[in-house]
Formats: sequence, C-alpha cells, structure tokens
Amino acid sequence: MRRNRWSRYHIEVAALRVLRPLGIAFFVLITLFPFYYMVLLSMREVSEILESPGQIFIGLGDVTTAAYERVLKPTDEGGEGFVRFIVNSALLGLGTVVATLAVSILGAYAVSRLEFFGKRTVHFLFLAVYLFPPILLAIPLFVAFSKMGLRGELWVLVIVYVAQTLPLCVYMLRNYFDTVPVSLEDAAEVDGATRLQVIRKVTLPLAVPAIAATGLFTFMIAWNEFLFALLFLVEERNNWTVSLGVQQLTEIETPATTLMAGSVILTIPIIVLFLFAERLMTEGLTRGAEKG
Amino acid sequence: MVDAPVPVEAAPQSRRRARNTRARRDSRAGVLLVSPTVIVVVVMVVVPVLWALILSFQRIRLLQLRRLDILGGDYTLRNYDLLLGSSDFVAAARTTLVYSVFGTTGAIVLGLIAALLVRRSFRGRGLVRGILLLPYVAPVVAIAFVWQVLLSPQLGFVNAVGTDVLGWDSPIPFLSQEEGTITVFGLSIGVPTALLMVILFESWKSFPFAFLFLLARLQAVPADLEEAARVDGATPTQVFRHIILPQLMGVIALIAVLRFIWTFNAFDEIYLLTGGGAGTEVLATQVYSFLQARNDVGASAAVAMFMAGVLAVLLLVYLKFFGERDRQP
Repeated sequence: MRRNRWSRYHIEVAALRVLRPLGIAFFVLITLFPFYYMVLLSMREVSEILESPGQIFIGLGDVTTAAYERVLKPTDEGGEGFVRFIVNSALLGLGTVVATLAVSILGAYAVSRLEFFGKRTVHFLFLAVYLFPPILLAIPLFVAFSKMGLRGELWVLVIVYVAQTLPLCVYMLRNYFDTVPVSLEDAAEVDGATRLQVIRKVTLPLAVPAIAATGLFTFMIAWNEFLFALLFLVEERNNWTVSLGVQQLTEIETPATTLMAGSVILTIPIIVLFLFAERLMTEGLTRGAEKG
Repeated sequence: MVDAPVPVEAAPQSRRRARNTRARRDSRAGVLLVSPTVIVVVVMVVVPVLWALILSFQRIRLLQLRRLDILGGDYTLRNYDLLLGSSDFVAAARTTLVYSVFGTTGAIVLGLIAALLVRRSFRGRGLVRGILLLPYVAPVVAIAFVWQVLLSPQLGFVNAVGTDVLGWDSPIPFLSQEEGTITVFGLSIGVPTALLMVILFESWKSFPFAFLFLLARLQAVPADLEEAARVDGATPTQVFRHIILPQLMGVIALIAVLRFIWTFNAFDEIYLLTGGGAGTEVLATQVYSFLQARNDVGASAAVAMFMAGVLAVLLLVYLKFFGERDRQP
C-alpha cells in the first residue's frame, strides 16, 4: 500500500511524535508542581508570600527554616511538638506492620496452598472488608471504644489499622505464594518437616521481597491514615499522629508556611520509602493484573 | 533436609489412606492458619457492621453512651424517617453520586492517557513512572492542604496567575464558592465551583491507580497484532480504537468499580478541602457530622447503612455482569 505524504497515517504519526513528549512533560509537571510548591512555601516568609503569591522561584538568601523550627519545637518552647507526633506515627506504623504481617502471612499461605472448609467464605469476607465504607466501621468502633474508655490509646488504633490492611496484605502475599512452586515444599515435607517448619524454612525465605513490599505498603497506609486518627485521638494531644497534627494546625490560626512545613515533614518519609522500593511494591500490587 | 531416606512402600490401599489423612491434615492446618485473620476481621469488621445496623434503628446520642446497653433499647425507624424527609440528606446523596461518577471518570481518563504516553520505552521512563505515582502514595492530609493553599484567594498561586496573567477581575474563592459563572462568548454558565475543585482533586490524586494497572495491562498486549494492523495501514488512533482499547476494557471495568466504590466512600478529601461546605457535603462527611457535631449516633449509623446498601446493590450488579473473578481481592 502506498501512503501519501499527507495521509491520515502520516499526520497522526507526526502529531503523536510531537504530542507524546509534551504530554509526558505535562503529566510530570502537574504531579510534581504541588510537591514543589509545598516545599517552596515552607521555606518562605508569610509576608513575602502575601506580597507576591505568584513567585515560584526564590533565591537561596530568602530561604528561612523558621516554619520548621516552629513545627518541630516542643509545645512548652512555643512550638507545635511534631517530634512527638513523628514518634507516635512511627510506632503506630511499625506496630501495624508487625501485627498485620504476622497474621496475614499465615492467612495468605493457607488461602494459597491448602484446601479447607470455608475457603470461599473467607474470600468473600475479604472482598467485603475492602469495599465497606470505613466511615461505617468508624461509628460502632468509636462508640465501643469510647464506652470502654480506650479510645485515645495508640494500641487500639493499631488493631483498627490491622483490620483495615489485612485484606490487601493477604491478597498481595497470596499472589506471591501462588508463584512459589509447591514442589519445593513437598520435598521438605517428605523429609519430615511439619507445616509450620515448611513455612518458616522454605516458603518465607523465598517470599522476603513480597513480605517487604507488603510491609512497606502497610506502613504507608498506617502513616497516611487520617479518619480513624481524627476520631480516636483528637482529644489526646500526646498521642497525635503527624497527619492529625498537621490537620489540627488548621484548627488554630496557623500561617500557611507552618502548615506547609508540617506537610513536608508528613510527606518526606513516604516519598523516601516509595522511591526506594517503588518497583518492589508496584509489582506486588499488579501481579496477576496483566491477565486482565 | 537432605538425606533422609524416603520409605517407598506403595500398597494402593495405604496410599489412599495416606492421601485421605493428608487432605484432612491440610484442611485442619488451613483452618488453623487462617483463623487469626478471620478472627480479626470478624471482631473488628463483621460484628461492628452488624452492630451499626442495630444502632441505626435506635435513638442514641453520644452523651448517653455510658447508660447504653449493647442490644437493648427501643427499636425505631425514626432515623430513617428523619433522613428520607431531610433535604440535606437528599442533597448529600446527589453530591456523592456526582462526585463519585466524575471523580472516577476523571481518574480513569487521566490514567489511560498517562499509561498510553509512558507505554513505549524512552530515557528516564522508570523515573517518570515513579513520579506519576506520587499523588496516590502521598499523605492525603499533606496534598489536600497544598491544594488548599494553591487555590487560596489571598496567597494562592492559581489566583495570582489568574489575576496577574489571565486578567481575572478578582480572585476566585475556589473552595468556598458554591456556584460561580463562566462566561464564554457572552454566554454565562453556572458552575458548582467547589464541587468541581474536589472532583479535580480526586481525579488528580487517584489517576495513578488507574495508570499503574492500565500500564501493566498494556505491557501484556501482544505486539504482533498491532504490528499486523500497522502493516495493513491502520493509523495510531485506529490501532488504539480497534486493537488496544478492546483489550483494556476488562481492566477498565474493574478499575471503574473499585474507584467508584472508594470515591463513594471517601471522607478525607472533602473533609480536608472544604469541610463539606459550599455544596460539597457528601454522605461520608454527613455521617461524621452527625456523629461528632450533632452527637446523633443513630442518624449517623442510618446514613452509613444507606451507603453500604447502595454499594451492595452496585456490587451485585457488577458481579452479575462480569462474573466472579477469583483472582481479585
């Protein structure tokens, strides 16, 4: 088939050759700009922002770290006490990761490897958890823990987060276990190992990357979580997470620079973790999706 | 686990018995291993949901909690009556629907375009892919407040550009204006400004989810089919329309369902951006305000049960049309 130089084919190909890099640049710009703006504002003076809100570059001489000092300083020194919130968020995240992994590794193994009564029900249960409105769960949990007088405790929130993250973890780990050949385990079992020994000595070491990815996901969900932290912890300032701390800055009159400094502190750990483990995590999530 | 000699004695009968005990042992191990997961989910999800159902039929205020006994109390339809007669509730239900439909559509359209753009390899592709995922992984509190500042009338970048460069008469209070007008060629169109902004935010924040899954699926589209079409003279848009898109439809349907449900459930985004004001009150924020501001546990549970009911119906419809997909969570 002969193609005219101005055929639809050539026009489209030529247009795409120009539009593709432009489109990619556009997407990179719209995703990165808000993050850049956040960092920028956290390092400017409020008065300067009000004077020239459209300015998006600043000289090194104009950089100030006052907002960060204010956010991080303890409350008795006139700051917002974010160091404490960082520790709380980290503890909450780690507690959730350890507990969720312990439970979900066993559950995922069972769902992947073993035939047992009620397996389909378990599947359905997971689907339901994943799709239920969290706000619906929030009501009875809020009422129950208020009644027990436990609402402000961090460990209570750990339990809530475990329940929220379990389905995703079981799903990701099961997808991985499905790719580990059963023959390896059979060999160990023939050698007389018990089921738990097989899991510990054969399956787990092979699944370390998947477990790491799942753990990172769980940590990020717990670190980012807002609704339950707001409902459960708001009256216990000592137990605030970073997310809640930043949001509570808006309840008092706080300059935008301080708010942005808090947001930067909230975001940095997540971005670092994500860039460090992006491939690991996205592969765990989309494994199995290729089949459509 | 190397050298244990394997006893190979194989009378058929004992082998069958061995298989039977093995199946039974597996079954017991399965139940045992899965039980911690099931217990957590039942105690922290199933029981609370059932209790919420009961609460929605009771008249309970938060201040009475201490006197509250778990199952007792009078049952009443008052909460549901109250809702159905409330214009706030109907408005919130409508807003939720609009927000979910357009938020989902926006996320999928953006995600599809991004996935098509990044599909073929180029230098720095891995980095671009990582960057495009950032809105989805970043803490919602942080990005919501960045948007709030960006859109602020006093110190926001968007209004600065609008007034200085684009010649707007005055800054637009994007997140507190319920209805604005856009004049195009002398024609004035009413726009729900704040609602539009939260929909934009939702699309921006969630497009990476669609992008990630569509990109993974695109990678699995066999190259020879496309090649054949190209040889036959198909243009890029024809290839997309007739070869690529049909193969993506399954994933798009799944993403649409998941995104719709999550957007429908979303609380954080709207609560943080507008607090539910300026015509952006959705069901989730209404549940929260019943619970916190008005101390009315019963009414908040009724709104939440309504949400769950709508989702259950939608899910049944989806499962009926697309069948049960064992691979999905």
